[in-house]
Amino acid sequence: MRTLLIILKKEFKQIFRDKMMIPVIFVMPFIQTIVLVYAATLELKKTEITIVDLDHSEFSRNLTAKFNASPFFDISTQYYNFGLIENDLLRENTKSIIIIPQNFEKNLRQGIPVKLQMNINAIDGQGAGLISIYVNQTVASMVREILPRNGNSNVNVMPVGFNVKSRFLYNEEMNFKHFMLPGILVILVSMIGIFLTSLNIVKEKESGTMEQINVTPIKKWQFLTGKMLPFMLIGILDLSLGLGIGMLLYNVPFEGSVVSLFIFTIVYLFAGIGLGLLISDFANTQQQAMFSIFFFFLIFVLMGGIFTSVESMPAWAQQLDRINPIYYFMRILRSILLKGSTITDLFKEFISLIIFGITVMSIAVWKYQKTN
Amino acid sequence: MNRFLGFLRKEFIHIFRDVRTMMILFLIPIFQILIFGYVIKNEVKDAKIGVIDMSHDNVTEEIVARLDAANDFEVVKEYRNYEEAEAGFRANEIKAVIVFNTEFANNLGKYRTADVQILLDASDPNLANLINSYTTVILNNYAAELNNAGGKPIISTEPRMWFNENLQSAYMFVPGTMALILMLITALMSSISIVREKETGTMEILLVSPMKPIQIILGKLSPYAALSVVNVFSILLIGNFVFGVPVHGSWVLLLLVSFLFILLALSLGLLISTVVKTQQAAMFISIFALMLPTMLLSGFIFPIENMPLILQYVSYIVPAKYFLIIIKGIMLKGVGIDYFLKEVLILLGMTIGLIVLSVLKFKNRLE
Repeated sequence: MRTLLIILKKEFKQIFRDKMMIPVIFVMPFIQTIVLVYAATLELKKTEITIVDLDHSEFSRNLTAKFNASPFFDISTQYYNFGLIENDLLRENTKSIIIIPQNFEKNLRQGIPVKLQMNINAIDGQGAGLISIYVNQTVASMVREILPRNGNSNVNVMPVGFNVKSRFLYNEEMNFKHFMLPGILVILVSMIGIFLTSLNIVKEKESGTMEQINVTPIKKWQFLTGKMLPFMLIGILDLSLGLGIGMLLYNVPFEGSVVSLFIFTIVYLFAGIGLGLLISDFANTQQQAMFSIFFFFLIFVLMGGIFTSVESMPAWAQQLDRINPIYYFMRILRSILLKGSTITDLFKEFISLIIFGITVMSIAVWKYQKTN
Repeated sequence: MNRFLGFLRKEFIHIFRDVRTMMILFLIPIFQILIFGYVIKNEVKDAKIGVIDMSHDNVTEEIVARLDAANDFEVVKEYRNYEEAEAGFRANEIKAVIVFNTEFANNLGKYRTADVQILLDASDPNLANLINSYTTVILNNYAAELNNAGGKPIISTEPRMWFNENLQSAYMFVPGTMALILMLITALMSSISIVREKETGTMEILLVSPMKPIQIILGKLSPYAALSVVNVFSILLIGNFVFGVPVHGSWVLLLLVSFLFILLALSLGLLISTVVKTQQAAMFISIFALMLPTMLLSGFIFPIENMPLILQYVSYIVPAKYFLIIIKGIMLKGVGIDYFLKEVLILLGMTIGLIVLSVLKFKNRLE
């Protein structure tokens, strides 16, 4: 026990002696939770849209007013040179151009269907799809308004309709930051668990001090515990820091229990550190370790549901996520913070993480050779 | 010259003998593109939804059947009450619940209109939004059918999607991946390899050799430039042949601009290597100062216009932003240099400035 304490003391000294580590450990949570959460927003706010009104009628002005009132659009030019559409899209002067045709009102009053042409810069396909949905919604709301006046409706055959009432649970204001913050926390904790642990061990190999430790009577478990425990503590500290910032700055709710959050974090860090240790077993230089981790980290993060929904992925990819620790921790963190899920609710994730952690850690410890 | 060639050879051998790292450097861009192409989707497909049906009439059963039949949804469970549904939400069993109250059939008969409640798990707001609008569309279509409206809607829209007719996400992620990989691998690798010489003490040996500093720099950086060019080709070829991302404009121009961007990344790597002492420090600076801005503030994944103003200003110093405007112009719009002359000049200016700055710093250390 005394040996372990001394080793721990040495490790902490070594970590904090490096001038670079203090900013990494303490500034990282701030940068990530402040800059990243603000930058990573997929909310469609205002899209520039140009309306070319060739009709100049009451109806066309009514439709333009509808677009003006919509929170999604920012109408730039109302009068417009027809021939410049392509050039304007090429030069990114506007995102989309809607053309209201001549005789728009006349045709509508006579019940003749009309066509609105919309030109959308679709390089961002997802955004373009959204714009098209919002345009259609705006047009539909105008149609509902003008139809009765057209005399098309008859009280006796009042159309059947469903009155849709949507309730957005767990995030009523649809605040994207509440979605993003748990994701950023997952990245933060993973970076500490996987990167720092692994690099720390490989550094000893590279600089040759590993051999010196190997010839001391320090046991394998003491050495490994000494290497891993500090990062476990730093990980928990950084999670708390990031969480605190998120709650203060973005009012991210904390619906679940603090205890279960920390239990899950410890289990996840155990798995993450095990992964870091495993990679360090196979790497001789920090460069090797770094790029190996990068490779796996990239795949885990992209597939883990941090920025996009796992539910939208193809079935085989969802099956692959069963061996992705980030996937589990992401679900866990979001559910505990936003929905107040308990360990019973998340039992499957809990067990899966434990199995993953024990497996990885056992292989890593078994592969780790004290003697070369 | 001979001496320099020998040094160059040594550097190439040094890098290429570490087969595993080499493999990873080539595999990272390929995997990234494949994941973006085949795994990450922003659509709703088979989203699991539940139902609370307190009316159980023909209409509600038809609605549930239609939702289940739609590609977007899979009705997995019927709940008896709100408490059960909420437990389902907490255990992540379902993403949404459709509720019909006991009065549904009655209201529809009497008033011709009835409430349908949709409860959504908005802990993922985008998904909730998509599920909400898809459900509404299905309900409205059904209502239209019931009304026997037939015919065409009175106002229809005729969308014309410019530059990307089929709304393929590859048009975004292929250029984005190129910017990210070139910046990350080039700058990170070059800075680490120089710092490593410092850390292990071999830099001093190099410095006392008769080689000029500029030769040392060139020798250290050219293997990574070569590597990056290979990555440019592999990304463009996969993008083109696997995901159908076109190059409408000039290939020569595209390659020239990519090479300019590689030079810029190399000079950033060089600059980082002159200010840090350890490989770990080089790595963290590369991640925070280069990788994250390239990923987040360049318009690669997240549209810049949606960000707070201050981040929009920061994006002006992110080189990848200009690079993306240029290569999207060449590849997708097929425009020539007159459309992005400003961006090319900015990149050129940044590159020259960084090279001068880092060469000066490198020399300083010699004295």
